[in-house]
Amino acid sequence: MKSWIAYWNILKKDMKNYYLKPPNISWGIIFPVAWTLMFFIKSQSDLGIRDILPGVMSMSILFGTTSMLAVTITFERKNSSFDRLLLAPISLNLLMLSKTTGAIIFGIINAFIPVIFASFLINLAGINWLLVLGSVIFIAITSTFLGLFIAVSVSEVFEAQTFSNFFRFPMIFLCGLFIPINSLPVFLRPISYILPLTYGADILKSTINGIGIMPVQIDFLVLIGFALVLFSISIKNIKNKWIH
Amino acid sequence: MNIVEVKNLTTRYEDFTAVNNINFCISEGEIFGFLGPNGAGKTSTINMLTGLSKVTEGSIDISEIDAVKNIKTAQGIMGIVPDESNLYQEMDGFENLCFCASLYGMRKDEREKRAKELLKQFGLDNTGKRPFKAYSKGMKRKLTIAAGIIHEPKILFLDEPTTGIDVESARQIRDLIVNLNKKGTTIFLTTHYIEEAERLCDRIAFIVEGEIVKTGTVNDLMKDYQKGKIVQFTLDKGVLDIKETIKNDFPDYRFEIIDNNTLKLHSRDTISLTPFMKYFDDKGLNVYEAKVIKPSLEEVFVKITGIKVSKMKKEKEGGKK
Repeated sequence: MKSWIAYWNILKKDMKNYYLKPPNISWGIIFPVAWTLMFFIKSQSDLGIRDILPGVMSMSILFGTTSMLAVTITFERKNSSFDRLLLAPISLNLLMLSKTTGAIIFGIINAFIPVIFASFLINLAGINWLLVLGSVIFIAITSTFLGLFIAVSVSEVFEAQTFSNFFRFPMIFLCGLFIPINSLPVFLRPISYILPLTYGADILKSTINGIGIMPVQIDFLVLIGFALVLFSISIKNIKNKWIH
Repeated sequence: MNIVEVKNLTTRYEDFTAVNNINFCISEGEIFGFLGPNGAGKTSTINMLTGLSKVTEGSIDISEIDAVKNIKTAQGIMGIVPDESNLYQEMDGFENLCFCASLYGMRKDEREKRAKELLKQFGLDNTGKRPFKAYSKGMKRKLTIAAGIIHEPKILFLDEPTTGIDVESARQIRDLIVNLNKKGTTIFLTTHYIEEAERLCDRIAFIVEGEIVKTGTVNDLMKDYQKGKIVQFTLDKGVLDIKETIKNDFPDYRFEIIDNNTLKLHSRDTISLTPFMKYFDDKGLNVYEAKVIKPSLEEVFVKITGIKVSKMKKEKEGGKK
């Protein structure tokens, strides 16, 4: 019970101090809208809003979660306030869950902003929203833990942002969101399958557009696997790097 | 009863040994000080005791909890005040204290009550909604100490509590430390200020290059280095005139002439003042003052460690910039 009081208050503090700050709220809205407009204008062709929706949702989650972790963890680590959390009598696992829950929620909210805009423009009937919600949650968890892995690997906020891009941009182009994996050069295809976003995007494409390439059960299992591995590596890195 | 027992504690960072095989214990209710220059291993020791640093070898028992194996249990009874005031910049004093209390699982009503009490006790209750970043250095330090004791820990670790703050705030913080100790909190503090260690600590350990070179009460530490007795006389005049005759008249004593008004008398045994007072009177000299000279803790520290105290202070101030 005592640990959960700490968990809840760390989450509440992060929400108040970081996520609910006006720049982040506006960023959370503007960013998905900008992606939507960019793809919409670019694709004067046959691609409709529904076609690009899984991509915009995935990117909104990926950028939202990884960017926020750079602030909530790297920044606090840099100014030593993170030590205060490491000195608290709560387990490292629960501590890091409390630090990442805010980013997960932020990612989920970001994912549905394009959906809200799209709902005014097109008919979104026939979509299994429960499955969409499940995939959004798991993409948000995996992306957040990727952000955690990055945040733990660096010591400066700008390094975290730069290092994030090293993962984010290749992931966008190789995960099959905008270029189908089968259309990629043969030597790039294996890389697609080691990217977590490939599996998240596949669930969204299956449920929204009906064009997934793998069974959604497999996608979910792989996402859970990525989440567990990234979280475990991050915890190990924290123990090795931050508890000298 | 010992609340902290440290045995053969060592920490190494690759090839560098920051703390080498140190042993000490802290009794319940005492103020125990770690005194040493920059890089001596003070913060490394605190970090190991509190779980921020790994223990390469050795054991730490805190209130009968094996703190090497069960650091999270031990952290529940510790209060920790790091050398940097590391609270949350955007939050005000009350919010910071309530947040820190929540990390120890305190319920909302408990933590709000305690936060208000501490703000009052530390003279910070009139800071209103001012964020932590707008506090002065002294206020930041006080709030950081308040955050360290929000959950009423059994033992409080204070790392350089008065470094880099103004004289008045430092004095207030020393008073707060004494008051906390009077209320029963055991305190472990590190400092490079010898006068602070001497004034506050029941026992002191001198630490140099990761090793404890001497531990004891201030009196114990000084006793070993006080060979014989010294009395210093301050006269109105004429010390230089009597410097040869006094040596002949008191051949069992050694005299050290400081200036024309001051001389020091060294003896292996207790010195009776009467013959000297009579001697000076016969010579027509007035004695303004006669005082027993004891070695200062600073002198003892220099003798034991061979470190110049002025250099130690300069290093620390340089390191803080």
